[in-house]
Amino acid sequence: MADSSDLRSKSVLADLSDPSSDDQAQERQSIELEPLPAEATSLRRRFSRRSFLSGLGATGILAGAAPLAAAAPAVEPPSQSSAVAGKRTLTLNINGKEQVLRDLDPRATLLDTLRERLHLTGTKKGCDHGQCGACTVHVNGRRINSCLTFAWMHEGERITTIEGLGEPGNLHPMQAAFVEHDGYQCGYCTSGQIMSAVALLKEPIGPSDEDIHHAMAGNICRCGAYTNIVAAVRQVRSQA
Amino acid sequence: MQTFEFVHAETVEKAIATRPEARFIAGGTTLVDLMKLSVETPAALVNINALPLTKVEKLPDGGLRIGALVRNSDLAWHPEVQKSYAVLSQAILSGASPQLRNMATTGGNLLQRTRCAYFREPTAGTPGGYGCNKRTPGTGCAALDGLNRTHAVLGTSDHCIATHPSDMCVAMAALEAVIHVEGAKGKRTIAIAEFHKLPGSTPQIENALEPGELVTYVDLPKPIEGARSVYLKLRDRASYEFALASAAVVAKVEIGRIQSVRIALGGVGTKPWRSPEAEAVLTGKPANPENFRAAAETALANAHPRGENAFKVELAKRCLVRSLKLATA
Repeated sequence: MADSSDLRSKSVLADLSDPSSDDQAQERQSIELEPLPAEATSLRRRFSRRSFLSGLGATGILAGAAPLAAAAPAVEPPSQSSAVAGKRTLTLNINGKEQVLRDLDPRATLLDTLRERLHLTGTKKGCDHGQCGACTVHVNGRRINSCLTFAWMHEGERITTIEGLGEPGNLHPMQAAFVEHDGYQCGYCTSGQIMSAVALLKEPIGPSDEDIHHAMAGNICRCGAYTNIVAAVRQVRSQA
Repeated sequence: MQTFEFVHAETVEKAIATRPEARFIAGGTTLVDLMKLSVETPAALVNINALPLTKVEKLPDGGLRIGALVRNSDLAWHPEVQKSYAVLSQAILSGASPQLRNMATTGGNLLQRTRCAYFREPTAGTPGGYGCNKRTPGTGCAALDGLNRTHAVLGTSDHCIATHPSDMCVAMAALEAVIHVEGAKGKRTIAIAEFHKLPGSTPQIENALEPGELVTYVDLPKPIEGARSVYLKLRDRASYEFALASAAVVAKVEIGRIQSVRIALGGVGTKPWRSPEAEAVLTGKPANPENFRAAAETALANAHPRGENAFKVELAKRCLVRSLKLATA
């Protein structure tokens, strides 16, 4: 769980810590990551930021750029065997569709499974420790941090991501309200903010802006778009 | 993250029979976090989310039975908890974020681990890393003379000054909760005062659970008729932050005198800190600021601050005085 003192301490401690901690971070990262399937790659002929960065990652050009290399997917060779020790095939219900995930590592968080296996990249990885809320999704209609739970724990449950909420031309009222009120700047936290905002509509919280502040406290916006986010949430609550 | 065997348990019997060294996983909010940091490296995880421990039920004696898998948000918003155990509802809602409260369970919150930055540092307790007796006994405690602004002032030892982070447990200490556990040797109950352990010379032992024992229920005794309860939490910001000092008070006042009072402090102790000494100061006395201050002085009489956390002693006293005022107003 988040606490600012911990975050502060981390930045203080970083200078003093063992240089091997970067290696550990990369080792932790590499286990969840899988290559894009061939069909997904062919669909991405159209040039995009995501395909550009993924391509660079695959050819290793960014190997020396630690911050980007740690954030972008590392690519492991395709698995030749369908049964890998410790891995298992499971089915998850995501945005109303049954998704079969072959050979899923038990260590795969729900967040990494959504992003790296199913390429539902609307859900963002921020802190990866339940402190920022960028990874917020709904499980059985309740909001959770998808970074702090393993995919294996969610068979038989209804998982909803930002992709399942609305789509261009048919936005969820909360998505439309965020657009109307400019409830973002860089946009990185936005999908998590919207997933939280939609969930709070069904929670027994009070009617005031102060109640919105507390109910949205698990979603950090480093651009500081809070005032506009609260305006968007207030508008949708008044329409409900 | 080190790999692990993943076992799904459908019954309590299967869960406790799996492997004594396995860790149970429910919400995962502490465990997954610490596995990513290499602080927890379990060889096996037992997923207990399918166990039938999800109910809140009234007991025949007027108490309340809370299943270990009841999520923090559901417990805080339960009508009976809001009505008869307000201190518990307030404590839970003051902690973490809505997403985390939707995940975290009653049993897991009892086992929440410290936020000490040294304890959470991946290499702590290993050669070349910070000393942490909780991670690796005998490696020392870097917090004793280090960054210890958020550390405990009560119940500390020369081996560990890590603060117990839970708000829920502080309220449960004031409510005299009883914890039901089940293991290979059968069922037993543990009073919350006996559940969490002081660090002493063995800070790696945090609670009274035997290896493989599972928390199944938490019972709250029948509410004291006519009593009021309050949880007051002081922290660096108004939400989504751990306590620097907190107080849970359950008090019954009649004609200006305190008939009974239970006091527990959070954010300042190495365990949820019940203060029978402060309660004794107040019992039978008029509910006034002088007596509140005397109780606060008594509660913190044995405080041992270490540098950066010295401010917590006075902060905790004022926190207790204020919460006593609120509970007896």
